[in-house]
Parts: sequence; C-alpha cells; structure tokens
Amino acid sequence: MLIPCPLCGPRDRREYHYMGAADYLDRPPPGSLPEAWDAYLHLRDNPAGRTRDLWQHECCGAWLEVDRCTVTHRVFGARLLTEARDAG
Amino acid sequence: MRYSGLRVLAEGLRGNRGWRPAWVRPEPREAYDIIIIGGGGHGLSTAYHLAKEHGLRNIAVLEKGYLGSGNIGRNTTIVRANYMLPGNSEFYSFSLRLWESLESTLNYNVMHSQRGLINLFHSDGQRDAFVRRGNAMINQGDDAILLDPEGVRRHLPYLDFENIRFPIYGGLLHPRGGTARHDAVAWGYARAASRLGVHILENCEVTGIDIEGGRVTGVQTSRGPIRAQKVAMVVAGRSSQVAAMAGLKLPIESHVLQAFVTEGLKPCIDHVVSFGMGHFYISQSDKGGLVFGGDIDFHASYAARGSLPAAEHVMEAAMTLMPMIGRARVLRSWGGIMDMSPDGSPIIDRTPVDGLYVNCGWNYGGFKAVPASGWCLAHLMAREEPHEVAARFRLDRFLTGHLLDEEGTGSQHNLH
Repeated sequence: MLIPCPLCGPRDRREYHYMGAADYLDRPPPGSLPEAWDAYLHLRDNPAGRTRDLWQHECCGAWLEVDRCTVTHRVFGARLLTEARDAG
Repeated sequence: MRYSGLRVLAEGLRGNRGWRPAWVRPEPREAYDIIIIGGGGHGLSTAYHLAKEHGLRNIAVLEKGYLGSGNIGRNTTIVRANYMLPGNSEFYSFSLRLWESLESTLNYNVMHSQRGLINLFHSDGQRDAFVRRGNAMINQGDDAILLDPEGVRRHLPYLDFENIRFPIYGGLLHPRGGTARHDAVAWGYARAASRLGVHILENCEVTGIDIEGGRVTGVQTSRGPIRAQKVAMVVAGRSSQVAAMAGLKLPIESHVLQAFVTEGLKPCIDHVVSFGMGHFYISQSDKGGLVFGGDIDFHASYAARGSLPAAEHVMEAAMTLMPMIGRARVLRSWGGIMDMSPDGSPIIDRTPVDGLYVNCGWNYGGFKAVPASGWCLAHLMAREEPHEVAARFRLDRFLTGHLLDEEGTGSQHNLH
C-alpha cells in the first residue's frame, strides 16, 4: 500500500504509523460530558468502504489524514492535518 | 443418528450408504422466538445452549454464506485459559472446562488436543510477568508450570536458545492448552443444535433489523422478512455494519489478521509455542501443516487478505525463534477480519433496543471462547440476567471506565 505524503511523495506503508479513524480530530471541549469522551475515544462508524483515518509519516514526522477504502486498500489521497484543520 | 466407533465400522461394511446430512436445511418460518444473526462458532454455540440448557426450541440461526465460511473456519485454532484479569480469568477458565467435555456433549469429534501451550520469555522482566500470570492461572483453578531454559529444551529442542538478540530465558507451560479442529467445532454445534430443532438457515443474509417503539420485532433477510421476539447479533467481523441496521454505533474497529500454513510435514512441533519478543505463535495441524500467525496489520481493513509488512514480520519472528522452519514452504496464507475493541476484551450484553443483544469484540481471541460465549449469551437471553463469568463484558464499560485491558496497552483499537 502506497500512501502519498504531501511532503515526500508516495511512500510505502512501512514508513507510516497508524493512529485510527479521523474521529480523533474532533476532540470534545474541556468540561464535556463523559458520553462525548466515550464517543470520541471509542465509538466508531468503522465503514466497510471509504474512510478517513490518521497516519504519521515517520520519516518526515508529518501527520496526515488519508482518504482510502478499507475493502480494496485503494488510497484516494492524503493531506496534512494542518491543511485538514484549516479547510474544516 | 448417533456417531460411534461401532457406527463407523457398520457403515464401513455397508459401503457408507447410511450416513445422513449432519444438519437439516429447512425453509424459514414466518416467525421465531429467537433469531441469532451469524452462523459462526459463537452464534451456533448460542443457539445450541439456548436449546440444550434452557429448553427453547423455536430458534433460527441466520448465516449469510455457508456454515463455517467465516472466522470459525479460518483461525489458528488455539484453545487456552491463561488470562489474568478478573472478568477474563473466570470466563476463559469456564470455557476451557466446556472444551474438555465438548466432544462427548456434542457427540462430535472436534479433535480437541490438549498438547500443551508454551509461552516463551526472553528477559528477567518478562519472566516476572509470566510468574505472576502463572500464579493467577493456578489461582483461577487452571494449570501453569514455569520452565527454565533446560525445561524448555526438553520439550522444544529445536529452538534457537542462544540467539544473540533474544536468548530464551524459559517458558510458561500451560499443559491443558492446545488446539482443536476449527470447522469441526462449527459442524459439531450445528449438528447438535439441529438435532434439538434449531433451524440453521444458510445463504440467508440479514439486510435490516425491524424495530417498533424501541423494541425489536424481526429482521429483513435475503430470503424474506422473519419476525422474532428476541434477536442477537453474533457477527464478529461485521458487527459495525449489522449494529448500524439497528441505529447503533459500537466501540469496534475492524482489522485484518493473517495466518499461514506450510505444506504437510512429519510431526515436528508437538505443542503450541509462542515467541515472547515478537508476536508469533505456531502449532502443527493433524494434517502436518505448520499453522502460525502474528500481529494484525494495524490499520482498519475489511480486505480479507493481508499485506506484506505483517507477513514479513511473522516470517522474521519464525526464523528468529526456530531457524529450522526456513526449510518449510508456505502453502497458503489468509486474512480474517477481527472486531478490535478499545480494551482488547469482548462484549456480551443487551443493547439499548429492547430484545436486541450483541456478542462482538473478540479481537483475535474468539476461537477458544466459543463454548463459553454461547453459554453466556444464551443465559443472558433466556434469563435476562448476565451469566456470572461474563458479567463484566458490558457494552457500556468504556463509558463507565470499567475496562478489561489484559495487555495494558491503552484504549486504542489497534493496540490489542
């Protein structure tokens, strides 16, 4: 599986560390109810198909949001987390 | 038809013309008291125990493919009870006791072989951890023996004991651990359940779950709608999709786990052996193939095939531990989809929908749990109270903080 790092170009999956679903980006504000933290940390849509998840390119250190398919392992694209946050 | 040695002999003399299908293939009824979604090991075990222990008869098991086509027919077949945490410890201990009487209970040869499981350790710290685990196993009523390097050598002379990077400091022997013929477990439960009147409906995929006023009323399937008073989702590998049909979101992420089989060899590995410094476990099947596996691929996946990095890691660990394996040729590999939960432990519980139950989150340890998992879900469904050995496998434990993190690796799905 090749993942395109926006800084380094397409790189093998071995160079990446996997974090989990992009849900980790939606951190609840301080003081949120336990239900919100449970949803943030544990509950997942877990789609069989297209998903967005978080990978770190360990060579350059960049955190990416990767758009890919969990059934075919096809990667549609990746963007830096800073760009994902700015784009909303 | 009861199976026995005499029967085999008699059929042999009569040209084997008297054998009948092990389970019947009925047409679906319009309604059942209980529907079990998922005809894998856990679903069939649940249906069998509902019929056997609780006297319920109007039960259907819905399987989307053919029986044994899922993870029950594709795993590394290890049966053990070496858990430590309260909540896990008594559950797997109970399961192992059920395994030991399974063949006589089901009247089916599942080739359960208590050949002994040896977990190797390679450092002082790891030895301390295994001493503690062994004590916990003895306290829970099971068996554990700490072996020094010479003790391991007597059992496993073929290991690379003087490996410079990972020398073998010893091993924890669990004599009652072992393996079983995985698909025979599905067939045995299916046959026994069918004899008690359970309907096993193959090629019957659930496409929707009917809920009225917060209560489950039935399911939509590829063979038409079927009504039911109670429905259980026992579909590890597809739990999130089926739960979504009931509007539920589960604490599950799906990952692929690979396993490998070599060509058939003469008997050489007599135990189940696990490496302590890389995730690797191996046993030899009765056909002679070496069956082994390692870690998940670490990223969410529904592709029922693995990727090369994980395969490489498994092969490297194998070569480090037992260099002789380099002469064997890998015949095939496969990838199964695992329900990974945030603490590495399963869920057997009710759901917020009345009459709807869930059994999921087996990570990659579901096979050994099959008898107790079915027993406990059947108990929950029939008596409306959790069985004492599965009372901590709650769906809401992630919210309340009562996690069962056996490995202590944190609440991220792919770390277990």
